[in-house]
Amino acid sequence: MSLEVTLGDLHLNNPIMPASGCFGFGREFSAFYDLNQLGAIAIKAATGEARFGNQTPRVAETSSGMLNAIGLQNPGVDGIIEQELPFLRQYDVPVIANIAGSTLEEYVDVARKMSEQAAVKALELNISCPNVKEGGVQFGTDATLAYRVTEAVKSVSSKPVFVKLSPNVTDITDIATAVEKAGADGLSMVNTLTGRRIDLHQQAPIIANGSGGLSGPAIKPIAIHMIHQVRQKTDLPIIGMGGIQSTEDVLEFLLAGADAVAVGTANFQNPFICERLVQDLPETLQAYGFNSVKEVRDARCSHQSTSL
Amino acid sequence: MIVEDMTIQKNECIALNTFEMVISGEEIPLHIQSGQFVHIQIGDGKLNMLRRPLSIADINRISQTITLIYHVTGDGTKWLSTLTEGTILNVLGPLGNGFEIKHSEGNQILVVGGGVGVPPLYHLTKQLVRHYQVTVVLGFATREAVFYEDEFRELTKTYISTDDGTYGHKGFVTDVVSQLDLNFQHYYACGPMPMLQAVQEQMIDTPGQLSFEERMGCGIGACFACVCEAKNDNGYVKICQDGPVLQASEVIL
Repeated sequence: MSLEVTLGDLHLNNPIMPASGCFGFGREFSAFYDLNQLGAIAIKAATGEARFGNQTPRVAETSSGMLNAIGLQNPGVDGIIEQELPFLRQYDVPVIANIAGSTLEEYVDVARKMSEQAAVKALELNISCPNVKEGGVQFGTDATLAYRVTEAVKSVSSKPVFVKLSPNVTDITDIATAVEKAGADGLSMVNTLTGRRIDLHQQAPIIANGSGGLSGPAIKPIAIHMIHQVRQKTDLPIIGMGGIQSTEDVLEFLLAGADAVAVGTANFQNPFICERLVQDLPETLQAYGFNSVKEVRDARCSHQSTSL
Repeated sequence: MIVEDMTIQKNECIALNTFEMVISGEEIPLHIQSGQFVHIQIGDGKLNMLRRPLSIADINRISQTITLIYHVTGDGTKWLSTLTEGTILNVLGPLGNGFEIKHSEGNQILVVGGGVGVPPLYHLTKQLVRHYQVTVVLGFATREAVFYEDEFRELTKTYISTDDGTYGHKGFVTDVVSQLDLNFQHYYACGPMPMLQAVQEQMIDTPGQLSFEERMGCGIGACFACVCEAKNDNGYVKICQDGPVLQASEVIL
């Protein structure tokens, strides 16, 4: 069965990829399975300079989900290019480089450097990290700023730019429409929802940062709904994410309007999850009457304006 | 590093909110080393998304079992405590780097444990006593929390302290250590962060290894949830991947 998908100029052998921030730079998971099986790899966010990140604890479990506030820890764009990308070059899998920053200039600088790398086939513009005070999410919650940063990054990037949207907004279609006008080649949605847990013994937040980003199956219905909303407004390719754990979840995202999916939190519970989803997807598609991923898309488009 | 379904052979309360669990399997018990840990799935994985990292108190390569001792602190460990013999657990391991155990013959070694940090020191001490002079100091909150006292005493000279003085020496492990008139060539410590800080400070002139506990995400080094500041080129170590055992001189607490 063909699992191939085309996201604008980006061709994937299958629609399954690990989500940025949940897979490091691939090295750890390569001990579990052959990364060539993946549709793509979205690597951990790059910033202009190396970042240490937030104080620990940085994670807390919630019902069917988790909170994280890592704080964009990374060796900086140059460090990633020197230390991490060479390892990924041995694989024949498109790398999607996640780009973060505190200022427009930083986004542009990181995007320019990353887009020059042969292994990098697309950029994912992270304007939705809720865990860094000075950076990122303000660009993702204001349509004008989202437009500006997308336009600026597009002007320096030789690779397709997917904009990763924040669900922490009143109307996500406003931001989606703005970044499309600015020239975005696709959308990634959704990033985490801001949340908080309080330790009863300490009477203080469990996460040192106070708040964190909620991910996992708890947010899946929100992601599905937001993708559905955005799909009514745009034909841009969408990489869907938010609590995917099974091939049934993958199909649900595709039916909602996604063209490919990213798996985040589930990698922590089962390091083999992405490999398993790739292997099991044909059987699930067949069980629901589809003979390819493209057929799911065609079916969705034919009744997009009605039931879904 | 593998994911293995392991079978519970024993799971019983041995002290206040503290359980000892023995699990058997084909691979992990044969390969795991002192100080490494396993990452255990809670329930069917639909409600609890994160595994629980647990250290190894003992390893039996012949019966192919490992012993885990855990403190019931939340939903996940509470669920673990209800499981009966024969139940299957999904286990990821062995993870992390364990204790380095190479010293000069006859060296004086100090082993310091606090509360739920005591378990990994048991298998370590079993190995150390074969070649070295080992002194063990274990601290607990209160009398009802004390566990494995007899097991350690069978191996070597062991001191117990309790914070509230209801058993053994009253006070902290560092109070006991300061009264020991011995010249240690190396030390090992595992326990809550304030204890590790105090021991690191007290033993500043002695090489030592610290075993850490931290809330973890993936457990394999990919998510950067469990980092600790360190004196290396990166400026940090990942507890799950570079640790949980780290040289005391390397980390900044």
